[in-house]
Amino acid sequence: MSTNLKKRVTDIGPPHYEQFLPPIIKENYGKWKYHYFMRAGVMVHVGESGDQLYTVRAASPRLCSVHTIRFFADLADEFCDGYLRFTSRNNVEFLLSDESKVEPLIERLAKEGFPVGGFGNSISNPVHTQGWIHCHSAASDASGVVKALMDDLFEYFAEPKLPAKLRLAFACCLNMCGAVHCSDIAILGVHRRIPEINNETIRAQCEIPTTVASCPTGAIRPTTVNGTKSVEVIEEQCMFCANCYTVCPSMTLNDPEMDGLSIWVGGKVSNARTEPKFSKLAIPYIPNNPPRWPEVVEAVRNIVEVYAAGAQKFERLGEWIERIGWPKFFELTGIEFTKYHIDDFSHAGETFKRSLHFRQ
Amino acid sequence: MSEKELKTPLVDELEEGPWPSFVKEIKSLDNPKAKDLLGVLERSYRDKVGHWKHGGLVGVMGYGGGVIGRYNDLPDEFPEVAAFHTLRVNHPAGWFYTSDVLRKLCDVWEEHGSGLTNMHGSTGDIIFLGCSTEELEPTFKKLTELGFDLGGSGSCLRTPSCCNGMARCEWACYDTMALTYDLTMEYQDELHRPPFPYKFKFKMAGCANDCVASIARADMSIIGTWKDEIRIDADAVKEYAEAGDLDILVDVVSRCPTKCMSWDGQELLIDDADCVKCMHCINAMPKALAPGKDRGATILVGSKAPIIGGALLSSVMVPFLKMEPPYEDLKELVDALWELWGEHGKNRERIGEFIQRIGLGNFLDQIGLDPTPEMIAQPRANPYIFYELDDEDEYEDDED
Ligand code: HEM
Ligand code: HEM
Ligand code: SF4
Ligand code: SF4
Ligand code: SF4
Ligand code: SF4
Repeated sequence: MSTNLKKRVTDIGPPHYEQFLPPIIKENYGKWKYHYFMRAGVMVHVGESGDQLYTVRAASPRLCSVHTIRFFADLADEFCDGYLRFTSRNNVEFLLSDESKVEPLIERLAKEGFPVGGFGNSISNPVHTQGWIHCHSAASDASGVVKALMDDLFEYFAEPKLPAKLRLAFACCLNMCGAVHCSDIAILGVHRRIPEINNETIRAQCEIPTTVASCPTGAIRPTTVNGTKSVEVIEEQCMFCANCYTVCPSMTLNDPEMDGLSIWVGGKVSNARTEPKFSKLAIPYIPNNPPRWPEVVEAVRNIVEVYAAGAQKFERLGEWIERIGWPKFFELTGIEFTKYHIDDFSHAGETFKRSLHFRQ
Repeated sequence: MSEKELKTPLVDELEEGPWPSFVKEIKSLDNPKAKDLLGVLERSYRDKVGHWKHGGLVGVMGYGGGVIGRYNDLPDEFPEVAAFHTLRVNHPAGWFYTSDVLRKLCDVWEEHGSGLTNMHGSTGDIIFLGCSTEELEPTFKKLTELGFDLGGSGSCLRTPSCCNGMARCEWACYDTMALTYDLTMEYQDELHRPPFPYKFKFKMAGCANDCVASIARADMSIIGTWKDEIRIDADAVKEYAEAGDLDILVDVVSRCPTKCMSWDGQELLIDDADCVKCMHCINAMPKALAPGKDRGATILVGSKAPIIGGALLSSVMVPFLKMEPPYEDLKELVDALWELWGEHGKNRERIGEFIQRIGLGNFLDQIGLDPTPEMIAQPRANPYIFYELDDEDEYEDDED
C-alpha cells in the first residue's frame, strides 16, 4: 500500500495547451489581423503574415461517445494534420491551413450526420445540462429537449440568416449549471411543489440535522410525526432547489404532473452596443411532453420567427425587445402576460456597475 | 438487464432528424452500461421523472473534488448503472487537442468507464460520464500517466477556462490561455481540496464580446480591454463602404452606445476619449477597425446563477490592469478576496452574495482597494448612510 502511495501522482494540472496548437496558430499567435466568413460554418482568420487559417465548425450532440471522438480525430488526421478543438458551446472545430480541403471535409461531416454552421448571425449549439441522463435535481431532460428543438430550428444553425446572433441555453433546474440566465432564449426546468417527505423511510435514510442544514433558505424544520423524528418544510420559504434531496433521498421533488419547463428571453453577455443583461420570463410553465416536447419547440420557434421578422440588423433579441417595449413583445408573440411575470424578489446588486461600459 | 433485449420506443424517436443525436451516441457504445443508461432514460421519458440520486461522497484519494457521485434509484433493474459517477477532467486551456491525445483519452475511458463523455461540461472540463466506484482510482491513475488531472467540484476552485484568445482571435487584449494555464497551476491545491465557503470560478475572456460568458458565470471575470485609440485602416473602411453590405452610418455609427463616431461618407472618425470599448464597431468592420495597443483587462467580481440569493452579474473591481506574467497584482487581489471571504463567508455563500451582505464599500475597505466611480452604475439614492465616526472626527479637525 505504502509503495503504491508513493507512485501515485497528484496535482500535475492539465497538459500545457501549446503542444496541441497547430503550427499555423503557433506562428500567428497574437498576430491575427482580421477574419471573415467564407461560407456558412467556415471562418477564415488572416494573419499579419498573410497566412490564412480555415476553421470549419460542426455541431456535436455534447453527449459524445468515444467512437465519435475517434471519428473526429480521424477527420482531423485526414484534413488538418490532426489538429482540432471544441468550443464553449460544444461544437467541434477543425483547423485547416489548406483551403482545398474545406469542402471535402464538410462533405464527410455531413455524410456522417455532423452538419456545419453556427457562425455569425445564426443559432449556435445550445449550451445545456445533464437532465434525466444524469442529475438528481432535473425537472426535465436536457439532451432530449435540445435535440427536438434543434431538429426544428436547424435552418438557423445551417444558415446565418438572423438579424444578429441568437444564443439558446437549457438548464434542467434552478441551479442552472452553465448559467443560462443571460441567453437570448433560455429554457429552464422547474419543480413547482415542495419536497414530499416519506416519513416511513426518513429515519433510516437520512440524518435529520444534516437535512435541516442542507436547505439554503432555512425552510426545513425538525419535527415529530407519529412519534418518529422527521422534518417539515415551510412552504413559503422553499425555492425547489433540491439541495435537501441531495442529502436525503426521502425528500423527493420530482413529480410527473407538476414538473415542466419555463422560457426566458432577451439576455446577453456581450458588451457590444448595450450592456449585458439577464433573460426575463416569457412563459412561466409548459408541462413535460417527451420525447419531443412539441409545445416547447413551437413556443421557441414562434419567438425566433417574430424576432427575425421585426428586429433590425445587429439587434440581439433583448435589444429588439428594449426598442419595441415589453407590451409589444407580448402582443406580437401572442404570449399571455400573467402575474408570474412580475418580480417579487429583491436584488440589491442592481446599482453596481455590471459591464465594461465606462471610459478608460 | 443486458440479457434480454431492451425496448426503448420513446427515446428511439430522437434518433431521427438533422441535429446530431445523443441517442445514437449512447447506442453506438453497445456495452452493458450504455444499454442500462438508455433503459433508465426510457423509463424517465415514460414516467416523466428522473431516476438519479446523490447519496454519499465518492472521490479519488487525497482529493476533495473532481468526482460527482451519482446513483440510480432502480438498481435492481439497471445494475450496470447503479453507481454512475462523473469524473471532471481538467481540459487544456482553449480546448485545443491533437488527434493523438484524444484517442489516448478515449482508450482510457473505454477501458474503465461507460465510454460516454461531454465535450465539454459547463465549467469547461472534459466530462467522463459513468464510472463505477471501483474504477475511479484506476481511471485517475491512467489519466495522470497521460498528463491529465482532475478538475474542481464542490467548494473547490473550479477549473478555470477561457476563450481561445490570441490563438485564434485578433481581438484578444491579453493572452487568455496563458493566464488560464498559469492560474490553474498556481492554485492546484485550491482546485483539488475544498478550501472555501463555496465554489469559486475564474473565466478569462479576451475582449468585451465575452465569448465564455464570464460576466454571467464567474466569481472573477477577467475581460480584456484597452486604453488608447481604436486603430482605423482607412482603406479598409472605404472597402466596406463600397461593398455596400454595411450601411456605416446606420449599422455602425448610430449603434455606437456613446455616439462617439462620425462618418461623412469619406472619413470615419472616433472620439476615443468617449469610447466605452463595447466592441460593436470592431465586430461590424473586423478588417477596418482593431482594438488599441495599450491593452489589459477589467477585473469584475461576483456573478452567479440564482440559487440562493438571486442571480448576479459580475461587477467592476479593478477598471484596468495590465495582464503580464507573473500576474502579481492579480494574484495579490485574489489572495485578498479569498482571505476575507474564506474567513467571513457563510457556508454556501458565493463571493457575490457575501459582498451584497457586507456591502461593497465595506468589502473594498477590507481588501484595501479605494472606491472608484467605475465600480457603480450610479451613486446611492437612499440617505441611510452609516457614517463612520473616525471620518467625522477627521472632518472636524480639519475645520479647526
Ligand atoms: C449553486 C448552484 C449549483 C448547484 C447546486 C449545482 C449542482 C450541480 C450538480 C448536482 C451537478 C451534477 C449533475 C450530474 O449529475 O452530472 C452539476 C453539474 C455541473 N454543474 Fe452545477 N450546480 C450549480 C450551478 C452551476 C453553475 C452556475 C455552473 C456553470 C457556470 C455549473 C456547472 C456545472 C457543470 C460543468 C456540471 C457538470 C455537468 C454539466 O456540464 O452539465 N453549475 N451541478
Ligand atoms: C475570432 C474568433 C471570434 C470572433 C470574431 C467572435 C465574435 C463574436 C462577436 C462579434 C460576438 C458578439 C455578438 C454581439 O452581441 O453582437 C460574440 C459573442 C459570442 N461568442 Fe464569439 N467570437 C469568436 C470566437 C468565439 C469562440 C471561440 C467562442 C466559444 C468557444 C465564442 C462564443 C461566443 C458566444 C457564446 C457569444 C455570445 C455572447 C452573448 O451571449 O452575448 N466566440 N462573438
Ligand atoms: S441544472 Fe440542476 S438538474 Fe440540471 S445538471 Fe445542474 S443541478 Fe442538475
Ligand atoms: S427544495 Fe431547496 S429550498 Fe426547498 S426545502 Fe429543499 S433545500 Fe430547502
Ligand atoms: S471574447 Fe473577444 S477575444 Fe475572446 S474569442 Fe471572443 S471575440 Fe475573441
Ligand atoms: S467600441 Fe463601441 S463605444 Fe467604442 S467607438 Fe466602437 S461602437 Fe463606439
